[in-house]
Amino acid sequence: MRLWRVVPRVNLQSNDFELFGVAKQFAQDRAALDARWKELQREAHPDKFAAQGNAAQRVAMQWSVRINEAYQRLRDPLKRAAYLCELAGSPVNAHSNTAMPAAFLMQQMQWREDLDDADSDEALIELRETVDATQRMLLSECAQRIDHLHDFAAAVQSVRALMFIEKFSQDLDLAFYKLET
Amino acid sequence: MALLQISEPGQAPNPHQRRIAVGIDLGTTHSLVAAVRHGVAECLPDNEGRVILPSVVRYLAGGGRDIGYPAQAALASDAANTIASAKRFMGRSLADITDAHKLPYRFANHTGMLGVITVAGEKSPVEVSADILATLRYRAEDTFNDDLYGAVITVPAYFDDAQRQATKDAAQLAGINVLRLINEPTAAAIAYGLDNASEGVYAIYDLGGGTFDISILRLSQGVFEVVATGGDSALGGDDYDHALAEWVQTETGVQAVSPADKATLKLAARACKEALTATDSVAIHAELTRANIHFDVERSQFEAITAALTVRTIAAVRKALRDARMTVQDVQGVVMVGGSTRMPQIQAAVAQFFGRAPLNNLNPDEVVALGASIQANQLAGNNTAGDLLLLDVIPLSLGVETMGGLVERIVPRNQTIPTAMAQDFTTYKDGQTALALHVVQGERDLVADCRSLARFELRGIPPMAAGAARIRVTFTVDADGLLNVAAHEQVSGVQADINVKPSYGLGDDQIAKMLQDSFATAEQDIRTRAVVEAQVDADRLLLAIHSALDADADLLDAPERAEIDAAMLALSEGRNSADAARIEALSKALSQATESFAAQRMNRGIAHALAGKNISSI
Repeated sequence: MRLWRVVPRVNLQSNDFELFGVAKQFAQDRAALDARWKELQREAHPDKFAAQGNAAQRVAMQWSVRINEAYQRLRDPLKRAAYLCELAGSPVNAHSNTAMPAAFLMQQMQWREDLDDADSDEALIELRETVDATQRMLLSECAQRIDHLHDFAAAVQSVRALMFIEKFSQDLDLAFYKLET
Repeated sequence: MALLQISEPGQAPNPHQRRIAVGIDLGTTHSLVAAVRHGVAECLPDNEGRVILPSVVRYLAGGGRDIGYPAQAALASDAANTIASAKRFMGRSLADITDAHKLPYRFANHTGMLGVITVAGEKSPVEVSADILATLRYRAEDTFNDDLYGAVITVPAYFDDAQRQATKDAAQLAGINVLRLINEPTAAAIAYGLDNASEGVYAIYDLGGGTFDISILRLSQGVFEVVATGGDSALGGDDYDHALAEWVQTETGVQAVSPADKATLKLAARACKEALTATDSVAIHAELTRANIHFDVERSQFEAITAALTVRTIAAVRKALRDARMTVQDVQGVVMVGGSTRMPQIQAAVAQFFGRAPLNNLNPDEVVALGASIQANQLAGNNTAGDLLLLDVIPLSLGVETMGGLVERIVPRNQTIPTAMAQDFTTYKDGQTALALHVVQGERDLVADCRSLARFELRGIPPMAAGAARIRVTFTVDADGLLNVAAHEQVSGVQADINVKPSYGLGDDQIAKMLQDSFATAEQDIRTRAVVEAQVDADRLLLAIHSALDADADLLDAPERAEIDAAMLALSEGRNSADAARIEALSKALSQATESFAAQRMNRGIAHALAGKNISSI
């Protein structure tokens, strides 16, 4: 007996999860995403069609761009969470909505002060550990809210907090760099 | 009735199926061309058996020119008309060349790219590079006794959009079809990756004549992923020569003043540096106009006066690792590229930093060209079994100027390409009907600190209240790393876009003019050449569509197939015409007729990839 498989149809409008053929959820296997990205690029990259004329080149470029866009979003937990909220009808609106709980803002101010005062590698490393721990905690809270509670309004709050932390994390990197040079 | 073509085992059905494709390392001090022959990548030698072509062009009064070794020999005697290291001037204005006063040239200052004034008139760095590329093209065509199908040309990973575009312009001027621009360190990794089947994270340390690049690459399953790049586009072996020459002048009190003396001393310093690789002490000789220099140099002295340069390379390595979010422990190997890595202090500094001996079993001068030729062979479709895929990143962030001279970043650096990213902007005045866009590249927050790429205007926006317009600016970066910018006002549908080129590179009309008086076309009638090129393009297209139909003709319904067949027949018959414009028009018609077919084939390709995943995961 022969079995016929129904091949899922994807197109340029498919969402990132459909395109990558993975479950539409926060929890993702990074190694699987990486492997999948390479598999898809191997099919669609313009180089594969270098000898096949302009029409194929243009279409390949569109697909390749789309695959890269999806990959950038899927592999970054923060972008992935924001995207899931958007797909569920609760966009993050990071620019227009910046209200945050007072306790969170107090903590951010404390970190900023600590960063300004830090004058040694050790002080920066200690701050880095605190920031990373908070980030991990918020990410698991985000996973809980999206994958188990399906509470996207609450998940949006976690995403906003994570955005603040990402910005701080970049400034911390810069401080490491300045200390070195 | 369908006919089956039968061919003997091992014989390609079509004699033209094997395309001549080469890899070209267009280097600052020297250039090479390589090709895959009988399955092995090798550099192609000139008539005298030399693989290296010095990247030097001497312009003679009356329009002639010497290229390579004869030009190099004239560096000292005719310094002002003999252009070396032209790569450092590609896509650069005079203000970018900080050591211009130390060079023996008369520069012409232009807003986009500088020129060098020679006895044969002003020469753009693009023309100089084109002369070098054309020489390598002829070398390849003589070797294979066939026309060149295309080339992969390498550029430093740190090259910005202006420099990449200038390189592509030079290839066009030399009559070379560019299959792809790839980063030099990536080409080196291809050469090493395939020969040694390495997997993991590698650092490529490339110290050439005029540029330093550090790239962090991840190699896995036949994919070369560039995780981060860094470096310094104005640091290389030339700087070691300069430092030595300056020091010797200070120590001896003999100054090189004339262009000829400067060039003589530079050559002497280079020879001394090279000798110090194998010995601990050597004398530097230079016969200058006023006095002769004869001075003993210890290797330890040379290392001391150039230590700051070596430290600069290691600082760039540290930064690239941080960009990649990696430490020295994550790196499984270091590949050495570029002749300057032969210097013992470089080998030692790299070994000390990474805590391991670097890989250097391939010739550091040839490794980039070899890797490029492997990629070229693949892109030309000669190696259908090959599974090599190169995923590259953009080396510098791209953005637009916003109010107050600040940069709004649209494509962050190290983004995998090809990519398209958009940002929405709005008008800031009531009734504003036009918006000026200034495209810049760089990592700094102020426009003044970034490189200006292009300016263009979106006009015809209907008058609206300030902030009501929605202008979406889309940056598209292709697989070569070249940028296209489009602006689209979403309420009215007004649109403007630009191939980011004119403000720094050469305009199409300038290219056309250069083509007319270029070396590449001097011996040929331009019209004949245009017809031949149109025919080559037509044959290429027909072949591509034949093979596409062989694979996926079932995607087409009868009317679609008939339309394609008719367009193919028209082109097959029309290609023998002596009218280039007619052949081009027929080619274009065929391209358009197959556009939707191509899209459907891509859909099928992606669906296949998905199906593969589902089956393997069950």
